[in-house]
Amino acid sequence: MPELGRAALVVTLGLAVYALLAGAAAAHLGRRRLAQSAQNALIAAFFTTAIASVVLVAALLRHDFSFTYVARTTSEALPTPYTISAFWGGQEGSLLLWLLVLTGFGAAAVRLNRRWARDLIVWVVPVFAAVATFFSFLVVAVASPFVTQAAPSDGAGMTPSLQNPYMLAHPPLLYLGYVGLTVPFAFALGALLSGRLDERWLIATRRWTLFAWTALGIGQLLGAHWAYVEVGWGGYYAWDPVENAALMPWLVATAFLHSVMIQERRGMLRVWNVLLVILAFSLSLFGTFLTRSGVVNSIHSFTQSSIGPWFLAFIGVTVAVSLGLVFWRLPQLRSPTKLESPISREAAFLYNNLLLLALCLAILWGVVYPMLSEAIRGEAIVLGRSYYDFFLRAFGLPLLLLMGIGPLIAWRRASLRSLATTFRWPTLTALGAGVVLLVLGAGSSVPGLVAYTFAAFVGATIVMEFVRGTRARKALGAASWPGAFSSLMARNRRRYGGYVVHASIVLLAIGVAGSSAFDSVAEAKLSQGQSLAISGYTLVYKSLDERQSANATEIRATLGVSRESDDLGTLEAGKNAYTIEEQVSNEVGIRSDKLTGEDLFVIAEQIYPDGSVIFRVFVKPLVNLIWLAGLVFLLGSLVTLWPDRREQRRLVARAGEVGLPATR
Amino acid sequence: MTIALLLAAALAVACVIVVALPFLSEPDPETDALDELDEDERRRLALLESRDRALSALKELEFDHRTGTITDDDYRGQVGRLRREAAAALQALGPDIRPQRVEAPAEQGRPMGGRT
Repeated sequence: MPELGRAALVVTLGLAVYALLAGAAAAHLGRRRLAQSAQNALIAAFFTTAIASVVLVAALLRHDFSFTYVARTTSEALPTPYTISAFWGGQEGSLLLWLLVLTGFGAAAVRLNRRWARDLIVWVVPVFAAVATFFSFLVVAVASPFVTQAAPSDGAGMTPSLQNPYMLAHPPLLYLGYVGLTVPFAFALGALLSGRLDERWLIATRRWTLFAWTALGIGQLLGAHWAYVEVGWGGYYAWDPVENAALMPWLVATAFLHSVMIQERRGMLRVWNVLLVILAFSLSLFGTFLTRSGVVNSIHSFTQSSIGPWFLAFIGVTVAVSLGLVFWRLPQLRSPTKLESPISREAAFLYNNLLLLALCLAILWGVVYPMLSEAIRGEAIVLGRSYYDFFLRAFGLPLLLLMGIGPLIAWRRASLRSLATTFRWPTLTALGAGVVLLVLGAGSSVPGLVAYTFAAFVGATIVMEFVRGTRARKALGAASWPGAFSSLMARNRRRYGGYVVHASIVLLAIGVAGSSAFDSVAEAKLSQGQSLAISGYTLVYKSLDERQSANATEIRATLGVSRESDDLGTLEAGKNAYTIEEQVSNEVGIRSDKLTGEDLFVIAEQIYPDGSVIFRVFVKPLVNLIWLAGLVFLLGSLVTLWPDRREQRRLVARAGEVGLPATR
Repeated sequence: MTIALLLAAALAVACVIVVALPFLSEPDPETDALDELDEDERRRLALLESRDRALSALKELEFDHRTGTITDDDYRGQVGRLRREAAAALQALGPDIRPQRVEAPAEQGRPMGGRT
């Protein structure tokens, strides 16, 4: 039914255009029914996009190769889960997913905030609709997933590296993150357009930003794990332009989530916060552009396409209009208060913001430099790993330290004497950890040692905060210690959930430092019976086998693994040859030590006809802390995201107090 | 194809009805004006935000002082100003606005942990 899919998208475009025009007219003229009609159009656009999506998924599941998109991204032999994931595996489908999530978020954000920010919502709808108009125009006129053809006997199949369970979750999560950043953008622009620059747009968007930020964070971590186990080069993050494209909005959103606290508490940084929201949204568009335009050489660049100029034009218009609005409202955005002292919580958050933004801009420069050099000099000069590593250390290590300092300093002004008292124990813990690590030989990498020391400092501050808070709750009448702890969490989920997220960043820092600064690597060509030794492990090449799976021929080398005198079993590493796609993938062997968090990682680089194999073997200390960090990050984010009914009641009551009664 | 086109037409009609619903359900409303805040209400909203900001800051300061995260020096430097800010907002709002509950008085007390 490609006609139904096409028609549904045309109707979506019509609804989005109507919501834009009618919404703008209603907001400008103050017409209630027209505003409600525009809201209805935005909500209906979600349902029509959902119908188009169902048509596409049904075509994928039926292997209906008369859909050009289905024939290009799947094959008869492709397992069903990956057939479904083809929905976002190609350009047209991923744009449709963008539109689906966008209209869904738009409808939800409008419904959820209508009780206490109705006058603001009126201006938010046309902004949402403008973004939806752009994406629905793309899927209708530029990159339709419903183009048909004479059906071939089979499809071209899916890129082998995408045939991995992580691909079922990694791209949708990134899209949830990218699109989620539209919500704060729409509310910020709605506030600028309407001149309602009170706190409400911040409160309305805080959880959405947190949700988008969580999805982006988890999506990136899943992508890193996918790269680690599937791409088979021995790492998890390669500073690939498309990886960077997801990292940049995440960094800006991180800055916003911190600076928003300064505006809520002190009424400061109002221009800064609006600019961060605009930047985060623009970078999310830029990320989609990089992934889908094929403008950069990346493992993610599966297609070259014609949508690039459209995206660049839209990003240009977005930035120009947004900055114009900020400039227009500048007098109303001026903060009534100023920074009182460079030693205060707001100052620490400001330093954190500057470092996050500096890191983001350094990465952005690394991403656009090859494009600029190609445009100007005709040669794409790629900035290598050392460029990014330098800035990660230069900005990332102070950021790590600030994560421990910021939450413990007083607002407005802190005395040096109180700083000495507050940070006595964390500093002693960090110094002690540093000395112990130095004795254990961690001095081989200074950045690694500094990262561990700072991680110990932050870890100590987090533990101290939980212990003190729980003790205080117990003293205030909690019946038991677990009761005191849960009361502590429940009464300030945002703060203590934030500490859990900080703990996850500590784990991440330890995992990254351990696996990159203290790893070992060995490479050797082995015949059967020969062995290789690395970091106490001995690997003996035992056998080479070939087997057939549903859509690939799998070749596996089996290695016996031992450490000192302990037999640790066997590991398999090899390659898959995908028949339909005519591509070969590396299938790595990984042995994880649950106790130490260390991985033994084996790649069969080259398999020769005589059965000999070139093996590349890594030992990566503490790398599993990175994946554990993902779980802790998710836990902390969920705690922080959990709805706060008291806050909702207070906001509704406050709206009532100024004459915005319950919704009509 | 015919079924698909019929479904598409039905979809378009349904959307037109949904969009027109506010006009169909209220063809002749008493007022079609949006609920807008006038200058006085906006000033009042700003005061309410200011009140809530000060009360919430006070609540956090009290708890941080109690846990020992904030020292006596820093506590004394801030508590008076925050109380004055909250009082000023409440006074400007008038007598009919009740202050929000911050923390039960029984919960206030000496800080813990010997960091005085």
